[in-house]
Amino acid sequence: MTQLTKRIIATAAIVLAASAVQAEQKTTVPPGKADAAIKAAFPNPPEQFVARLSQDETMKQCSASHNNPGAAVAAEIQKREQARIEYPADGQYLGDWKKGEALAQSGYGLRFTDYPPRSANGGNCYACHQLSKQEVSYGTLGPSLYQYGKLRDFAPEEAKKAYEKVYNSHAALPCSNMPRFGANKVLTIDQIKDAVALLMSPDSPVNKD
Amino acid sequence: MRLRPLSLVLSLCSLLSVNALLPGSAWAQDAETEKAIERYRQMLKEDPWSNPGLLDADRGEALWKTPRGPKNVSLEQCDLGKGPGEVKGAFAELPRYFKDADRVMDVETRVLWCMEKLQGFNAADLIKRPHPGGGQPVKELGAIATYIAHESTGEKFAAKLDQPKEKEMVALGEDLFNRRSGPMDFACATCHAADGLRIRLQGLPHLSQPKEARKVVGEWPAYRASTTQVMTMQHRLYDCYWQMRMPELELGSDVSIALIAYLTKVAQGGEINAPGLKR
Repeated sequence: MTQLTKRIIATAAIVLAASAVQAEQKTTVPPGKADAAIKAAFPNPPEQFVARLSQDETMKQCSASHNNPGAAVAAEIQKREQARIEYPADGQYLGDWKKGEALAQSGYGLRFTDYPPRSANGGNCYACHQLSKQEVSYGTLGPSLYQYGKLRDFAPEEAKKAYEKVYNSHAALPCSNMPRFGANKVLTIDQIKDAVALLMSPDSPVNKD
Repeated sequence: MRLRPLSLVLSLCSLLSVNALLPGSAWAQDAETEKAIERYRQMLKEDPWSNPGLLDADRGEALWKTPRGPKNVSLEQCDLGKGPGEVKGAFAELPRYFKDADRVMDVETRVLWCMEKLQGFNAADLIKRPHPGGGQPVKELGAIATYIAHESTGEKFAAKLDQPKEKEMVALGEDLFNRRSGPMDFACATCHAADGLRIRLQGLPHLSQPKEARKVVGEWPAYRASTTQVMTMQHRLYDCYWQMRMPELELGSDVSIALIAYLTKVAQGGEINAPGLKR
């Protein structure tokens, strides 16, 4: 071994040791500390807000993994959230796209200034998604849904899949950033059908050029 | 969104292009608005006295120096970390651990502490309705914080955050930044953990990365054109939690301080330019 090689190895060993020390020194948050801090930071919440201070198992797993769960946890989340989906009693997935457009525009509901409720909750779809071509004020946190139904040949099984995604996004994509609109009672089953109609109805502006 | 009519419209509209009125050009218009605001920021740098937020910094300075409260003393003996009465550069080293309070504090929590301990105000009263409604001027505590922040303008964030309690706060802040909660499952990270994203047309800074955090964190407290008021960092976080469908975040809570400590840590080395200007 040459002198240079030895020096390189020695340096590498020091760097490795140093980074190991650094990794050890990374301050970790003891279990329960964040929960306690949250409870203390929102004192005397109104009744409807009490449960919001705690996380369910899916939230905990997604938070801990920064929304990138390992395969086993992802499968667990998917199974659990799939089981929470309630389907329309009449087996119909398409409601009224006009109502769907209205709820896609509305971000109303569940904020502390929204009580007592003055109207139905919105889905605020445009905050994150492109939908109809006419609405140019759309966000990019989620994928574009422009021509959603047309691109899927308006297939009935795609309407069901869309319903499931809106009702509980984690059933399709564990730790999705999208709210679980149905499972968390943000939207009603009828409202979700209206949102699905906005995506899947051939008459919907989403599917027009 | 809770937008108020812009009182700044008169000063801004001469800078805006008229394509705002053409259908289909809202995105382009938004880019134009952002450009116009950038030019307005440049003008503010050239003529700092045109920043409406400075009126509140001035008000804060007067409040700092005036004997007030049940004990009728000024805040000039308040220790912001560099010794009693040292304001210049103090904000650049906050949040920090304060031995007297045995707690890590951001600027607003420290002012609250001094108003209670030195002036004899009742802290519970001060945090009851700590933030102004839309269009109302920032409250006294926020004006004082604006003054203190402005006294570090041009300096770089240099909070050491190396004491054990400070490190714990930063770690808690990172944890909370990623914590999903409420009926929408939102976390700070839902909107602020990637580059180049928008909510509607509003650009979202990537706050878990130094590049963008350094640009924006030092602009708070900021004058918000949409609500015609100075909004402090505590108020900004309160508003985020409102949008996340959580209850009212208490001013001075560990959650608020931890998030500010985390954001400040990520923004370390970024320039302070407070009060900044936001749309």
